[in-house]
Amino acid sequence: MTFDLETDTRLAYVLRLADDLLINSQRLAEFVTNAPELEEELAIANVSLDNLGVAHALYGYASELGGGEESADDLAFLRDEREFTNCLLVEQPHRDFADVMVRQLFFDAWHLVLWPELESSSDERIAAIAAKAAKEARYHFRHSSSWVIRLGDGTAESRRRAQRAVDGLWRFAGELLMSDRVDADAAAAGVGVVPERLADSWHREVRAILQEATLVVPVDPFVAAGGRQGRHTEHLGHLLAEMQYMQRAYPGMVW
Amino acid sequence: MRDIVAAVNDPELPSITIAELGILRDVRMDGETVVVSITPTYSGCPAMGVIAEDIAAALRAHSYESRIETVLSPAWTTDWMSESAKQKLREEGVAPPGDAICPQCSSDDIRIVSEFGSVACQALHACVSCGEPFPYFKTLR
Repeated sequence: MTFDLETDTRLAYVLRLADDLLINSQRLAEFVTNAPELEEELAIANVSLDNLGVAHALYGYASELGGGEESADDLAFLRDEREFTNCLLVEQPHRDFADVMVRQLFFDAWHLVLWPELESSSDERIAAIAAKAAKEARYHFRHSSSWVIRLGDGTAESRRRAQRAVDGLWRFAGELLMSDRVDADAAAAGVGVVPERLADSWHREVRAILQEATLVVPVDPFVAAGGRQGRHTEHLGHLLAEMQYMQRAYPGMVW
Repeated sequence: MRDIVAAVNDPELPSITIAELGILRDVRMDGETVVVSITPTYSGCPAMGVIAEDIAAALRAHSYESRIETVLSPAWTTDWMSESAKQKLREEGVAPPGDAICPQCSSDDIRIVSEFGSVACQALHACVSCGEPFPYFKTLR
């Protein structure tokens, strides 16, 4: 990648928003054909597509900010693991549907509180994309929260799995609410928002759902982080290997 | 010229034109080139590429060069859908936005099957009275 993320925090900020969405979109797509019912297959594919659509708009903007040397597709398919700045949460693999829905709940709640703030970004492109995404996020959140409630407050087995998912993923959620220099600079420029400012809202939304689902909120304060700096868990490389396969094997291939 | 563009149909709702759907935002001239602005219903709407190609093809048939731009702001809302589009949806068995009744028997005793339907902009409902399942165009504001 020829971008200099050290000097261009606006570009770095747009890329992390896009990377979160692309990687989550890919994880959701992996689960299609494994959902518990046909309607849910469509739902997962729909949410994945919405995420991909927003990611596409953001990568397009990032490409322009970077001088157009790398296209939106190049950014998605030709960057290596260390160049991705998505949060660790979205790259976590899933064992079952509960993992998918709990991961989605944490992620949807983040967008539920983030996009309305970014609608007033001083950057017109980010504001326009956020206004569109904010409407979709409300829909996604309703979907994932209804499933988490159904699973948590369901049978002994669905509850066991939902709790296992919450316990396993909670440590990764905190990274969404932590800021680094890019967030701080973007916020100072009026372009972005400092994640800590959204922490209360995020916790309120998520804890209300977990409570209704009769699930226990973990008390361990440990937060696994590093994704924003390109330090990922071992899972991202495997995801990229599959997602980027076509462009790596057949460079420049188009449909 | 605007009429040529306005008559292009939505590939996923073939009876409805892009003007009726409210996604055609602007048609203007830039020198010899027709510049058309369209806006997606949903961010990931996969029909946008086909719609852009269809617009270009329709204009080319009238010997116009064109450039298609996608605009995101202001974001599309179902309020931009015309009455004629809503009527066509009803006739095809799709409940238009805000129409919380069964398009088959007009009963208001309906239930939601899934918030996500066969295309991004529709949800799946079923009528309790006549038992028919039907797509409901999601209200988006």
